[in-house]
Amino acid sequence: MLKIKDLHASVEGKEILRGINLEVKAGEVHAIMGPNGSGKSTLASVIAGKEEFEVTQGSVELYGEDLEEVSPEGRAHKGLFLSFQYPIEIPGVSVTNFIKTAINESRKANGLEDMPAKDMLKMIREKSELLEIDRKFLSRSLNEGFSGGEKKRNEVFQMAMLEPKVAILDETDSGLDIDALRIVANGVNKLKSKDNAVILITHYQRLLEYIVPDFVHVLHNGKIVKSGGKDLALQLEEKGYDWLKQETAV
Amino acid sequence: MDLKDKLISSFIAFENNVDVEHPIHDVRMAAIKNFEAKGFPSKKEEAWKYTSLNSLQKVDFSIFPKQENTLEYKDVKRYFLHEIDSYKIVFVDGIYSSFLSETTHDGVDICLMSSALTKPMYKQVIDVYFNKIASKDESLTTLNTAFSREGAYIYIPKNKMPKKPIEILHFSTGNEASLMLQPRNLVVVEENAEVQIIERHQSLTSNEVLTNAVTEIYAAKSAIVDFYKIQNDVATASLIDNTYIDQKDKSVVRLHTFSFGGKMTRNNLNFYQNGEYIDSTMKGVTILGEKQHVDHHTLVHHIEPNCESHQDYKGIYGDSSTGVFNGKIIVDKIAQKTNAFQKNNNILISDKASINSKPQLEIFADDVKCSHGCTIGQLDEDAMFYLRSRGIPEKEARALLMYAFANNVLATVRIPELKKRINKLIAKKLGVNLGFDL
Repeated sequence: MLKIKDLHASVEGKEILRGINLEVKAGEVHAIMGPNGSGKSTLASVIAGKEEFEVTQGSVELYGEDLEEVSPEGRAHKGLFLSFQYPIEIPGVSVTNFIKTAINESRKANGLEDMPAKDMLKMIREKSELLEIDRKFLSRSLNEGFSGGEKKRNEVFQMAMLEPKVAILDETDSGLDIDALRIVANGVNKLKSKDNAVILITHYQRLLEYIVPDFVHVLHNGKIVKSGGKDLALQLEEKGYDWLKQETAV
Repeated sequence: MDLKDKLISSFIAFENNVDVEHPIHDVRMAAIKNFEAKGFPSKKEEAWKYTSLNSLQKVDFSIFPKQENTLEYKDVKRYFLHEIDSYKIVFVDGIYSSFLSETTHDGVDICLMSSALTKPMYKQVIDVYFNKIASKDESLTTLNTAFSREGAYIYIPKNKMPKKPIEILHFSTGNEASLMLQPRNLVVVEENAEVQIIERHQSLTSNEVLTNAVTEIYAAKSAIVDFYKIQNDVATASLIDNTYIDQKDKSVVRLHTFSFGGKMTRNNLNFYQNGEYIDSTMKGVTILGEKQHVDHHTLVHHIEPNCESHQDYKGIYGDSSTGVFNGKIIVDKIAQKTNAFQKNNNILISDKASINSKPQLEIFADDVKCSHGCTIGQLDEDAMFYLRSRGIPEKEARALLMYAFANNVLATVRIPELKKRINKLIAKKLGVNLGFDL
C-alpha cells in the first residue's frame, strides 16, 4: 500500500534522505531504527507531507498514487497518520472537540456526512477504554500541560479514532514508563489488522518487545543500510550501531 | 467649520438644555475651557503618534440628534446577551430608550446619568464621585465632561450584588448622516459589593459615527468589578473610550476588551491603585482585518504597597489593519512589594498589517517584581503541520491556532454565556466553522 522509491529529500539545501526504498504491504509492521541524526524523523515528516522538506528525487506512493502534490491534510484524508514525537499544545480546544473536527474533516473530504454524535460518543468511549484513558482527560485542552506519557497516549488515541490505513509512530516509546508503554503497545496491537500497516520509528529495541515487527530496517546517513526480521533489532540492541556503520563504510 | 469649532459653538446650544445653575455646570464650564485651549490631540504628541484623528475632524458630525429615534427589540436582540436575563441600560442615538431598557432601584441603583445629575437623592454620590478620577486636563476626557448629560449610572451599596449582569448598549440608527456621541458613565461599587457589566457600542447603518465615551469606576474596599467591553462595530464607526478606575484596599477589578471591528478604536484605560492588596487585571483580544485600527493605551499607577496588576493583550492582525499597544506602569517610591506583569503578543497574518507595541515602565520603588514581554510573529509552522497531518485543512488549522493563541484571555471571563458569545464572534471573525462551539 505504501511504496517509497529512491527517495531523496533535503532541507535548506542540505540532503538528509539519500535514496530510500521501502515497500509496506497491508497487514505488516515495519520498524525503522537507527542512530540519532540518521534521518528517521525526516522520513516520517516527508511521508506525511511537511512542506519544509524538499523532495529532490524519487517518490512516495499510497495505493499507487504519487503523493508529491498532495497536502498534509489530503494525505490524512487518504488514510495516512503520523504520531508526533513532540505533539503540539492547543489551549482551549478539548481532546474531544479536536478529534471530532479531525474525523469530520476527513469524512467531508471523502464525501461523507458528519459522524452522528451518538456514534462519535460510542467510538470515543470504546477507544478511550482500549487505551485506558480517563474520561476527564478527554475534556482537557489538547496536550496542554500533559506529561510526556499522556501526550503519547493521546497520539495513539487519535490514531485509534482516525483508523488510518498506514500509521507512522515516531518515537512513540520515548518518555513512556513501562506501564504506559505496555498500554500503548497493547492499543496498537489491537488496532492492527490485515488491512492496515504500522511503521514504528524507534531508537531502542524496547518497544519491539511489545509490538513485534515483521521487518526491521536500519537507517544510517539517510539510507537504509540493512533490512531483516525481528532478530535484527536484537542484534542492534546487543552490538549497538557501530558495527553496521563499519560494515557500510566497507 | 472644523469639528473643534463646531463643538465649542454647540456648547452654547447645549447650555439651553441643561440647568446652568446646577453646580455640575461649573465642572462642564471648566472642562470646555480646557478643551478649547488644547483641542484634539495630534500625531505630534507621543501618546497619539500612531493614531490620527485628522480625518475624523473633517467629518460634519451632528452633535445632537435632530429627533428621537426608536428601535424594535427584535431588530437589535442579537446585540444583547439574550441567552440570560440581564439589567439593560440602552441608548438610541445618545438618548435613553426606556422601551429597550430594564433598570432597577431595588437595593441597588441601575439607571441613568441624567437622573443622577439632576435629582437630589443622588446628589451625595455625585458630589463625592462625579469627575473625580477622570482627568481634568486630557482634552478628549474634558470634551466629554463638558457635554456630560447622559449615560449609565450604577451604584451598588455595601455588601450588595445585583441579581444579574448589567448591559450598557449604545445604538446609533444612522438617521443622521453622521453623528457624534458622548456618553458618560459612572459606576460606584461600595465596600464588599460586586458587579458585572458588559458595554457595547453598535452602529446599525453605514453612516459615520464617532463616540467619545468616559466611564468612571470606583471600587471601594474589597469590592469586585468585572467589566467587559465588546468592540465589534461597523467599518464607519469610531470609538474613543476613556475609562478611569479608582481602587481601594483589597478590591479586584478585571477589565476585558474584545476588539473585533470598527474603523478606529482608541482605548485609554487608566487604573489608579489608591490602597493596599489591590488586584487590577486588564486583558484584551484584538482581531482585525480590512483597514481597521485599534490603539490600546493602558496605565496602571501603583500608588500604595502590596498590590498587583496583570495585563495580557493578544492581537491578530490581517489585511491592512494596524494596532497599537502602549502599556505604562508607574510604581511610586512607597509602593514596595508591587507585582506588575504585562504581556502583549501579536500575530501578523498579512504582510500589510502592522503593530506598534511599547511597554513604558517607570519604577521608583526598589522591592518590586515587574515584568513585561512583547512578541510579534507569525503562526508556528510546526503547529500548522501537526493539525494538517490530522486532516484539518489549512484555513481551519490556522483558525484553531489563532483561537488557541487568544484563549487564555477568555479564561477569566466569568459569565459563561458571554464567553460562548465571544467564542462565536471569534470563530466568525476568523471565518471558520469548526464543527463545534469553541
